[in-house]
Amino acid sequence: MLQSKTITSETPNCHQEVISLDGVSFSYQQQPVITNVSFGVKERDFIGLIGTNGAGKTTLLRMIVGLLRPTQGQIRLFGEPVEKFKHWERIGYVPQKNSLNPLFPAVVREVVLSGLYGRNKLFKKVTKEDHQKCDDALHAMGIEDLSEKRIGLLSGGQQQRVFLARALINNPSLLILDEPTVGIDTETQESFFHMIKHMHQHHSMTFLMVSHDMDMIRSYLGQQPASESGKLKFYIRHSHETQDCVENNLAHSLKGLREQLESGKEVVRIGDRN
Amino acid sequence: MEIVTSEFFQRALIGGLLIGVTAPLMGIFLVLRRLSMIGDTLSHVSIAGVALGFLIGVYPIAVGLVFAIAASFGIEKLRKAYKTYAELSLAIMMSGGVALASLLFTLGKGFNMNVNSYLFGSIYTLSSGDLYLIGAVTLVVLIAIRSQVKELFLITFDEDAAAVSGLPVRFYNVMISVLTALVISVSIKIVGALLVSALLTIPAACSLIIARSFKQSVISVVIIGEIAVVAGLLVAGVWNLAPGGTIVLLLIVILLLLLVFKRGMKMGS
Repeated sequence: MLQSKTITSETPNCHQEVISLDGVSFSYQQQPVITNVSFGVKERDFIGLIGTNGAGKTTLLRMIVGLLRPTQGQIRLFGEPVEKFKHWERIGYVPQKNSLNPLFPAVVREVVLSGLYGRNKLFKKVTKEDHQKCDDALHAMGIEDLSEKRIGLLSGGQQQRVFLARALINNPSLLILDEPTVGIDTETQESFFHMIKHMHQHHSMTFLMVSHDMDMIRSYLGQQPASESGKLKFYIRHSHETQDCVENNLAHSLKGLREQLESGKEVVRIGDRN
Repeated sequence: MEIVTSEFFQRALIGGLLIGVTAPLMGIFLVLRRLSMIGDTLSHVSIAGVALGFLIGVYPIAVGLVFAIAASFGIEKLRKAYKTYAELSLAIMMSGGVALASLLFTLGKGFNMNVNSYLFGSIYTLSSGDLYLIGAVTLVVLIAIRSQVKELFLITFDEDAAAVSGLPVRFYNVMISVLTALVISVSIKIVGALLVSALLTIPAACSLIIARSFKQSVISVVIIGEIAVVAGLLVAGVWNLAPGGTIVLLLIVILLLLLVFKRGMKMGS
């Protein structure tokens, strides 16, 4: 009795389905874009979604975060159907950066803080605590000295760190990255990916990354895709392959994340070159 | 100079000061979302409403307001139909509004309708009723922006991220359009339908030159709007010029000065 109790209190964290897709299809003007995709992402998995242009990567991602409705099938987030899902603060989202207008008047701090403004925070003022969270997120990404800089003036790599800090400010359980390295030079891409890998290994987060970069995904997630659907390929690295599901090895807060990154001596200062 | 102490001038000044806050504030959100032309569109449609108001004998600004709000919903609908060509919906609405207005104006030829005062503004004819309406709209806009500025920022900066964080994006889009419609329809008597959009967009254009943060941009558009309105009214009053046109030309002068100044700074450094 006692034993089963300990098992149930520890293991579900490791095996909860964070994302599940069941027979998901999507058509745009009668043209099928995605047909019958099913897969499940468990807690602390790292899933890489690869496909050529037009394979439906972005469509799939937009369905997972509720921006598009599938024509068929069901998507669940943390066990709840996506249309009813309310805990959006559990999801950190890093968009493709190429939509950023360089003239937009906003400093890094404003952008990172905006990660807190979900539906649940309507009418709330920005508190001291919020600013503290922002500082932690900036610190975790090693960009605290940029907090008062205008976002459009930063390099691509620095901007990507800002968006990552914004996604991390809520301390999410799931981090979704949409082609995070598009438009960034190869060297910066590598160090960015390195940082993501390190975060996966040391933080209790689940990752979903869309990318066209086969090499980086394969080097971390294995040479063979776990499944394929049309032109989409799914690569998965399961949580048990990185570490045991021992909670106290993992950073749960942003402060912890920075410490982990530093202890690994793998903090690569992206974009410092310009 | 005695014009400055006259009652009609002071009413004009109060009305101008209120619009000098709200129009540039709404303008930031429109400009940053690449909807600069929405001001022109809504104001042209509301002229049609004003004309109808004259024809049927109802308070013209109120009818103009109804038209502008209806148009803002129409734009949202058209924007969906032409997703990637959002500006097309503005062009359609704008020409539709002008066409309807010209039709109504010809119908109302016998009604002693003063078209000019709505096209180019007639700030000296503001009544107390007009002022109350402008005051009410100012209050609504300020409360809405004050309480929702974080959400409006997020939607303006990154609409997708806003949607993923659970914000009802469509609600905010409609809110921005409706607030803009309110501001525009009460501004028409002040600067005129043809010039309203300058009061929305030029302060925002200025702030893009000088502001680093969003907060600075919000503060700077209000300051620039107020300077232009007050100085414009004084200049126009003293030299007997058209107030609306003077305000707008002053805004353009401020913009040019800022551009030159910025250039000088760059060359200096």
